[in-house]
Amino acid sequence: MSLSASDLLTLTREGLYCPLGGFHVDPTWPVPRALITHGHADHARSGHGKVLATGQTLRIMAVRYGEDFCEARQEAVLGEDIRIGDVTVRFAPAGHVLGSAQISIQAQGVRVVVSGDYKRAYDPTCLPFEVVPCDVFITEATFGLPVFRMPDTAGEVRKLLDSVALFPERAHIVGAYALGKAQRVMALLREAGYDEPIYLHGAMEKLTELYKREGIPLGETPKVVATERGKLHGAIVLCPPSAIQDVWSRKFPDPVTSFASGWMRVRARARQKGAELPLVISDHSDWPDLCRTIRETGAGEVWVTHGQEDALVHWCGTQGIKAKPLHMLGYGDDGEGETAAPAEEAAA
Amino acid sequence: MNDFAHLLDRLAYEPRRNAKLRLLQDYFAHAPDPERGWALAAMTGNLSFREAKPAMIRGLVEARVDPVLFALSHNYVGDLAETTALIWPSQNPPPSAGEGGPRVSEGREKGAPSPERSSPLPPAPQAPSPAEGGGDAAAAGPGHNNPPPHIPTLSEVVETLATVKKSDLPAHIAGWLDALDETGRWALLKLITGALRVGVSARLAKTAVGALGGHEADAVEEVWHGLEPPYLGLFAWVEGRGERPTTLNPAPFRPPMLSHPIDEETDFDKLDPAAFSGEWKWDGIRVQLAGGRDEAGEQVARVYSRTGEDITHAFPDLAEAITFTGTIDGELLILREERVQSFNVLQQRLNRKAVTPKLLEEFPAHVRAYDLLTAEGEDLRPLPFATRRARLKGFVAALDHARIDLSPLVTFETWEDLAEARADPASVGAGEDADAIEGVMLKLRDSPYLPGRPKGPWWKWKREPHLVDAVMMYAQRGHGKRSSFYSDYTFGVWRERPEGGRELVPVGKAYHGFTDAELAKLDRFVRNHTTKRFGPVREVAYGPEEGLVLEIAFEGVQRSTRHKSGVAMRFPRVHRIRWDKPAAEADGIGILETILARGEREIAPGASIDEEAS
Repeated sequence: MSLSASDLLTLTREGLYCPLGGFHVDPTWPVPRALITHGHADHARSGHGKVLATGQTLRIMAVRYGEDFCEARQEAVLGEDIRIGDVTVRFAPAGHVLGSAQISIQAQGVRVVVSGDYKRAYDPTCLPFEVVPCDVFITEATFGLPVFRMPDTAGEVRKLLDSVALFPERAHIVGAYALGKAQRVMALLREAGYDEPIYLHGAMEKLTELYKREGIPLGETPKVVATERGKLHGAIVLCPPSAIQDVWSRKFPDPVTSFASGWMRVRARARQKGAELPLVISDHSDWPDLCRTIRETGAGEVWVTHGQEDALVHWCGTQGIKAKPLHMLGYGDDGEGETAAPAEEAAA
Repeated sequence: MNDFAHLLDRLAYEPRRNAKLRLLQDYFAHAPDPERGWALAAMTGNLSFREAKPAMIRGLVEARVDPVLFALSHNYVGDLAETTALIWPSQNPPPSAGEGGPRVSEGREKGAPSPERSSPLPPAPQAPSPAEGGGDAAAAGPGHNNPPPHIPTLSEVVETLATVKKSDLPAHIAGWLDALDETGRWALLKLITGALRVGVSARLAKTAVGALGGHEADAVEEVWHGLEPPYLGLFAWVEGRGERPTTLNPAPFRPPMLSHPIDEETDFDKLDPAAFSGEWKWDGIRVQLAGGRDEAGEQVARVYSRTGEDITHAFPDLAEAITFTGTIDGELLILREERVQSFNVLQQRLNRKAVTPKLLEEFPAHVRAYDLLTAEGEDLRPLPFATRRARLKGFVAALDHARIDLSPLVTFETWEDLAEARADPASVGAGEDADAIEGVMLKLRDSPYLPGRPKGPWWKWKREPHLVDAVMMYAQRGHGKRSSFYSDYTFGVWRERPEGGRELVPVGKAYHGFTDAELAKLDRFVRNHTTKRFGPVREVAYGPEEGLVLEIAFEGVQRSTRHKSGVAMRFPRVHRIRWDKPAAEADGIGILETILARGEREIAPGASIDEEAS
């Protein structure tokens, strides 16, 4: 090949940059032109010039940051080639949250895929991940250790419903990230046959309404009325993870504290957060899926970003795949933990 | 094994006592014999088998998983049993309800319209490699067509471990790990490495067993020491299928009678001084000395802790003195030249791994007797205190052993007399033993010996605690009911800096002594004055210009190598919250060092004081 991968993408202070196309991908700093993989706050920031993203991601950004979150929006249609400068970009579903996409960047026969965050487990609230064959695959590694094997989500939701049946007098407060996880939990509850109202913390209201507008049925999801909290015996209440530690969560009747997160896989982590009912539900790929995906892309080279890079780089080496960690700053575990800014959640 | 694993898993996440009790009861009611008996033995620390060494477990994993990936994982998870449980290559397919066996994302989605596939089809997946660290062995592996693996019962595990040859142990363990699911593996590893910490006390487990048949925990304690795992007779009895087990132990533990703290403001007015007998409250540890003859006519001697733990092995010097048939309730103390030493000195004797002749000589154990529960086969507990006391006096006199003496009575006519004695024990006959007295006990003369903590017959009236004004430095969130409150406070006192000036140095941690309303205010203070966060811990603002003063009550000071300040307090608790007091006026470390020095004078020069006993 006449072109090397680093001609297509380099790492700058603002994040990944494509010199041939003159754009950044998921920049952590305002830039003239940004391509955004998905709507989580650490990937989608406000203040850019032009933004290219899927329609759903653009609408999520508008809900979170206001309609003026950038100067000009352009909607990327999944599967359609878009010419930018000397490269062709194409968006493909990533299975992470509503609107999430991988971005493939191609020039002179060389293709790099930026996966953003992705998962391959079942999620009724977004399109499934699609494998895009490529030369260089840029993967996340949030759960990049072989101890992370996520169980079936139906079983986790069953745990929650069993607990509600066992303690009908207690409110069940489930900490879940406001974008994606919360709506996925609601949808899974509905699939499990739960048709009671699911109560929401105020920080989740607007995004949940957006999901409903996008055609995801979530049933009745009233906002918790502060003065009525004491009456919610046996109710399921969703709130941002940070609200569990808050005064807000104490007014419910003898609350059972629960978290829906991949981190719940590890007992010490779960206990540290005070989870009495840990629900292992992750919006990121677990270890087997990271390995499987890398193989399926056929990539000869893998760049590993945020998370447990070392283990995945090591594994690639054992498979004869060239790999290196990309130490990018500014990406958190986007809501799997407590790192999401509470202020932003409260505003959303 | 799976039911037991499931129980341990639930218990590990359950902070509330009553909910734990419910889980335990439910388990004991449904698990069959002998499974539940072995489970009870595991939770009460009564299993004995060859424990698996961590190095052996590690070896088993590293034979199956890339050692680099295992090391990275262990480093991340921080617990060998849990890392192993999570990383062990699964032989059986994971339970699948929603996602189905092979995880293909296509074709299962609902609620979102599916677009035309935009990319060329992926290349055919290659066969997964075992080098992934077990990740998808299920998808790749023997999977569905093999016969289901044999899941070991808890009994099988316990019995195998008790009999297996050391060289065969790894193969057995590997076989079990293959058969069990992740929770089962975790529980198994916790069990066989002897690290079964799930927040259940032996007492709680016995309470749950007793509740199966409406018995109190004390009823279970009564028969407990004659029993052996897997406790078939015990379960038969509580379920009404069998006779009460006759304790074969000729020296069984009897659940002790406990006292309530007296409320000076309200209780004395309701009590008649003439109805009560007074004693010193010794600052030692409550023990029970039990002696009797076994079937062969051999003397059996037992020393029990207050909770029924058999601690005879730690006190051979006391066991020697148990030449009688009977049960003495008393206080374990260290006596030197007939003088009672302080609790600091007793600490040097407690919790030692090796009981050396040197230890026995430097810290001679002694029991000050205050009650007699049985004598020569007669149960004295139904008798009034005054009668038992008279019997005790004769019993101790007849025994005539230097290590066992009678706890003297404190005579008084009015509550004022008693208050004076409590304030200055030396003046009313305690003499040089006064430092080892932590208050007075009041016992109703005509009350029988009632196990547990009945309200009314026994009262304790402790001496005023030490007080120090300290400054809150760190706060940590509590558990259970307090899980969202910052309720555990690390506090510090002032000390001189070598380079000049003063600094606050942490000296202890307190998490009780305040009301719920005060807790809410403290919690608000912590949230509004946070300067740094370390996981569940917050550092609050403190210094000469800012900070919250807590008046801390405590029972004593010990030297500590763990604390930066070099001192550790006994039973610190928040006595008052001094919202009014500037932090600069809090106490200095000198006040603690003075108390420490007073205690340390009593410790023999040869005694090690660097090594902490607790």
